[in-house]
Amino acid sequence: MTDLTAAPRRPDVAGVRRRSSAGKIALRWGLYAILLVFALYYLMPLFVMLTTSLKSLEEIRTGDLIALPREITFDAWRTAWSEACTGIQCEGVRPYFWNSVLIAVPGVIISTLLGAVNGYVVAQWQFRGANVIFALMLFGCFIPFQVVLLPMARLLGLMGIAGTIPGLIFVHVIYGIGFTTLFFRNYYVTIPSELTKAAKVDGAGFLRIFWAIFLPLSLPIVVVSVIWQFTQIWNDFLFGVSFSQAGTQPVTVALNNIVNSTTGVKAYNVDMAAAIIAALPTLLVYVVAGKYFIRGLTAGSVKG
Amino acid sequence: MAPILDIRNLYKNYGTTEVLKDINVSIESGEFLVLVGPSGCGKSTLLNCIAGLEPISGGTLAIAGEDMTDVSPKDRDIAMVFQSYALYPTMSVAKNITFGMKVRGVDSATQERKLAEVARQLQIEPLLNRRPGQLSGGQRQRVAMGRALVRDPKLFLFDEPLSNLDAKLRVEMRTEIKALHQNLGASMVYVTHDQIEAMTLATKIVVMKGGVIQQIGSPSEIYNRPANLFVADFMGSPAMNLIPARAQGNGSGTRIEIAREGGEPIVLTDARARDLPEDVIVGLRPEDIAEPGFRHGEAVQEASCKIDIVEPAGADTYVMTHLGGKPVTARLHSETEAAPGATHTFAFDLSKVSYFEPESGRRLN
Repeated sequence: MTDLTAAPRRPDVAGVRRRSSAGKIALRWGLYAILLVFALYYLMPLFVMLTTSLKSLEEIRTGDLIALPREITFDAWRTAWSEACTGIQCEGVRPYFWNSVLIAVPGVIISTLLGAVNGYVVAQWQFRGANVIFALMLFGCFIPFQVVLLPMARLLGLMGIAGTIPGLIFVHVIYGIGFTTLFFRNYYVTIPSELTKAAKVDGAGFLRIFWAIFLPLSLPIVVVSVIWQFTQIWNDFLFGVSFSQAGTQPVTVALNNIVNSTTGVKAYNVDMAAAIIAALPTLLVYVVAGKYFIRGLTAGSVKG
Repeated sequence: MAPILDIRNLYKNYGTTEVLKDINVSIESGEFLVLVGPSGCGKSTLLNCIAGLEPISGGTLAIAGEDMTDVSPKDRDIAMVFQSYALYPTMSVAKNITFGMKVRGVDSATQERKLAEVARQLQIEPLLNRRPGQLSGGQRQRVAMGRALVRDPKLFLFDEPLSNLDAKLRVEMRTEIKALHQNLGASMVYVTHDQIEAMTLATKIVVMKGGVIQQIGSPSEIYNRPANLFVADFMGSPAMNLIPARAQGNGSGTRIEIAREGGEPIVLTDARARDLPEDVIVGLRPEDIAEPGFRHGEAVQEASCKIDIVEPAGADTYVMTHLGGKPVTARLHSETEAAPGATHTFAFDLSKVSYFEPESGRRLN
């Protein structure tokens, strides 16, 4: 019985397997094709920006939007960096770029450090009301920018740092603490509390335990916090335009001024070059630290 | 000399929940105290209170005669080994061990010397430059021990240090801890839920349940004279047989009547027991129900029972039967001819019998 029925069945089974494997390959290629289309779609604006910034105005006027430049010129980049006019001044984005650096670097460092200390306290030194305080900090993440503009302007005025770079650093640190605390708290709750206990028995105090034990463990989440905060602060426009004055504006505000305050012919190539310059630092941060970013984001979710 | 650890009327509450109630324990220098009980009995909380990691809600706690009630852990002169080992993950083994000394500002020459000493003692010299993540469970355990040993404290605290190890390693490390205690003559407090660990290591055992101390005593006191039904059932493996019976006093002692499945009740007489209530629970260790001819003495009495299950365990064979409506385990020698379903004659040795009151669980003799 088995012989008779088993023999003719075998080719059938193989046939099904062959069909299904062919189907799998087709599915795979379909998937790749879709991914490719989307990748191109998302790369298109960058491509247009890059090529436009390398063309002369003449060529932009006469040529095709998505065509490669016939003649590569870096004039637009030079103009955008040091000659383009933002209102009455014509120094390019250079001074504002440095303003942004002066705002973003201390802002990122201070908010990350404060977030680390906060997260360490909330996760490892449970005190009465710790959860309420953490909930309130979390709530801070969801307050829209616009709501705090007026009170913040008043506060900065009272503190005497209105329109200054320290003022902008202060605003960004305050706004970032909610997020950085959340990151570090979620990372530190996965660290067993016995570690803190062991260090206490060993004689270490609050700060010693933080510096010697918790901070060295924190690289993945520090990277997350740095990327997040740097992107937020560098790309911020609303705070930058609200709380700055001539000379302390960040690059995002300067870019807006370059694009919007030109008279006569629009220098698209200069606009594009300025936009790329303004976007480069965040791109760089992602490229350098992106690997850690993904690792850090998922670090808390799966236990070692 | 003042006791090395003296706890009086200690209470611990979390909000309105009482976790520890009226704890009184005291140990002399060189003792090995084991806190044992089922999970949630408060033994780890008590250890944390001794370490100063949890504040106490009432009572006093003194180490070597000094009141420690409000002293922070670092000033209590204690060292602690944790269940998860709690090694600092970013530090090498050597740094882990010397961290405490570094924090306390011990000079580096002394650090080096003590590190070398402890590393030799625990045979972890080749591991000193590794990170905890590169070590096996047993090696981590040793490093955690090293971190405690290097401090040379007045009191060592162990919080279930062996429960993350596999069975074989656990037995090895148990012996090593025992040897360590003997060599150092140090005072130790050890928390475990494993009653065999408690029996083998302790010079003094505290059995806890629901935040209340059930009994304090030497291992043999706890084993042979359990204070109540809980201790009788918890300590010993297989557990003590607790058989409901009827007691009747007569001139020469007490007549104990135990219901037997499919037959007349077994009648045993205990010449030493006096004034037992009518309903009692008879506590007999499995080894006190043996094969006839292996035990001698006036307290040995024979009776036959029907066998339910036979479990050979190598050195011994455990035989289960039913008495007084409860399963009863007897420990026979390995060549026993007992077979399931057959009727077998057992020798009951009443020299170490315990009697308990059924309602309160209190020991009666």
